[in-house]
Amino acid sequence: MENLTFDLAQTRVSDLNRYLHVEAVKKPAHKVTVKNPDGAHNIAVGLDSPVEVEVIGHAGYYAGGMNKTGKVIIKGSAGTGVGENMMSGVVHVRGFASNGAGASAHGGLLIIDGDAGLRCGISLKGGDIVVGGSVGSFSAFMAQAGRMVICGDAGDALGDSLYEAILYVRGDIKSLGADAQIQPLTETDITSLTDLLQQAGFNHDPKSFKKVASRRELYHWNADANQEY
Amino acid sequence: MCGIVGLLVKTPAMREHLGELMVPMLIGMTERGPDSAGLAVFTGGAGDYERKISVYSGLLEDGDDFNWQGVAHELKEHLGVSVGLEAKGNHAIFSVNVDPEIVKRWLKEQYPGLFILSTGKSIHLYKDIGTPAEVAARYDFGKLQGTHLVGHTRMATESAVTPDRAHPFTAGEDFCLVHNGSLSNPNGIRRKLEPQGIHFDTDNDTEAACRFLEWRLREGDDLETALKKGFEELDGFYTFLMGTPDALALIRDPFACKPAVVAETDDYVAIASEFRSLAHLPGINHAHVFEPAPEEMYVWKI
Repeated sequence: MENLTFDLAQTRVSDLNRYLHVEAVKKPAHKVTVKNPDGAHNIAVGLDSPVEVEVIGHAGYYAGGMNKTGKVIIKGSAGTGVGENMMSGVVHVRGFASNGAGASAHGGLLIIDGDAGLRCGISLKGGDIVVGGSVGSFSAFMAQAGRMVICGDAGDALGDSLYEAILYVRGDIKSLGADAQIQPLTETDITSLTDLLQQAGFNHDPKSFKKVASRRELYHWNADANQEY
Repeated sequence: MCGIVGLLVKTPAMREHLGELMVPMLIGMTERGPDSAGLAVFTGGAGDYERKISVYSGLLEDGDDFNWQGVAHELKEHLGVSVGLEAKGNHAIFSVNVDPEIVKRWLKEQYPGLFILSTGKSIHLYKDIGTPAEVAARYDFGKLQGTHLVGHTRMATESAVTPDRAHPFTAGEDFCLVHNGSLSNPNGIRRKLEPQGIHFDTDNDTEAACRFLEWRLREGDDLETALKKGFEELDGFYTFLMGTPDALALIRDPFACKPAVVAETDDYVAIASEFRSLAHLPGINHAHVFEPAPEEMYVWKI
């Protein structure tokens, strides 16, 4: 497989992204290595071909955002909004991720080996997220569809105002958000968990996870609720 | 927006390179804060003197050509004791062996347009409008030496772009604070502090946070207790980085709306809004890099 290297100490991010948007889509699947990312924003956003981008170091904001069919591996940490609004493909962070990881992802798989910050998977719309460590507060807020696997702990207000996304947590949940509840694991959940953990390369027993899903009580206006949620 | 940087060196040999290491950190935060920049450096002591006062003349017509030598001379005559002077353009540091309040009162009476930036045994403070690169060059930030420093690049949202509204803010002695974010109750804080005789220089929201925390410290709280009270009283979005003579302290609001990242090695602790400002530091590839958690107190001692 062809392997191209972009050194961001020498080349601008916009040149890298122009290559990925214009040249890479004309070629068969190949690999692009990005050296010295040094926290630059928007690395490998908007991929639209099965290219594999390996980032050696720490990425800034929105790395791998809007990804479609590409694979982005970050061998370091990622800033705010990694893999946000992904459509398909894979974004894999080997270190930790900052706030808003995988926000509103429609599809694809976001893997974070370390911890994720606050609002991970906020407004998730169908993507899958697997976090090896813990997630911060307000994660999966208003998540509509998709699955989130949290191997560590979850912060405050997990799954607040959840729609149909399903969350799995192995560690402790500091608090659940409005309308989120713990439900028993079904066979479908075990299959989902086994598959996602295997794809992400984690070895946990699927049965050691708790399932969090919507109580569906916020779906309809309840005039008697006295606005006390 | 705004950018925050902080650097504390653990190895004494690195103290002479403090400014040199910091300048790329500050410039790295230009996109987050292009309108003003500033920093406070803790130098470890006032040498032969008891107190140092950083003063800014940029609000006066003379500006960069202000006659600092003349002021030092008059001050010497007035006090009857020796006065140290370190001046560059619109900035000067007076060193004195008397109560600094006497000096500040005299300066205010004789030169009402001069702006007092900071007072203390250890702190030197610089801030001005301009890009971080321009401000760094204006005051030769690359040559600064010391144990630790706190820096800021500003993109104004809550008050006008003027030198006195740039960060860091100081209150009392040897205390400074920089802020990324915006407070929603700065006027409430002011109404609480003003009746206690606490004077405000500007209408800036960060100044309210700075004066509140310094007031708590002066009332006898230790840094941890003061910060705990800060969490209770200060409402809004913030990452605060504070400097005292022997420590850097960092807190983030419960929603962690504003970023921060820390890199620690055996030689230094470096803090910035984003990793881009840390990427050039020596040994960064082996540093422990982490994101400070919301509502936690981080204190690094020299």
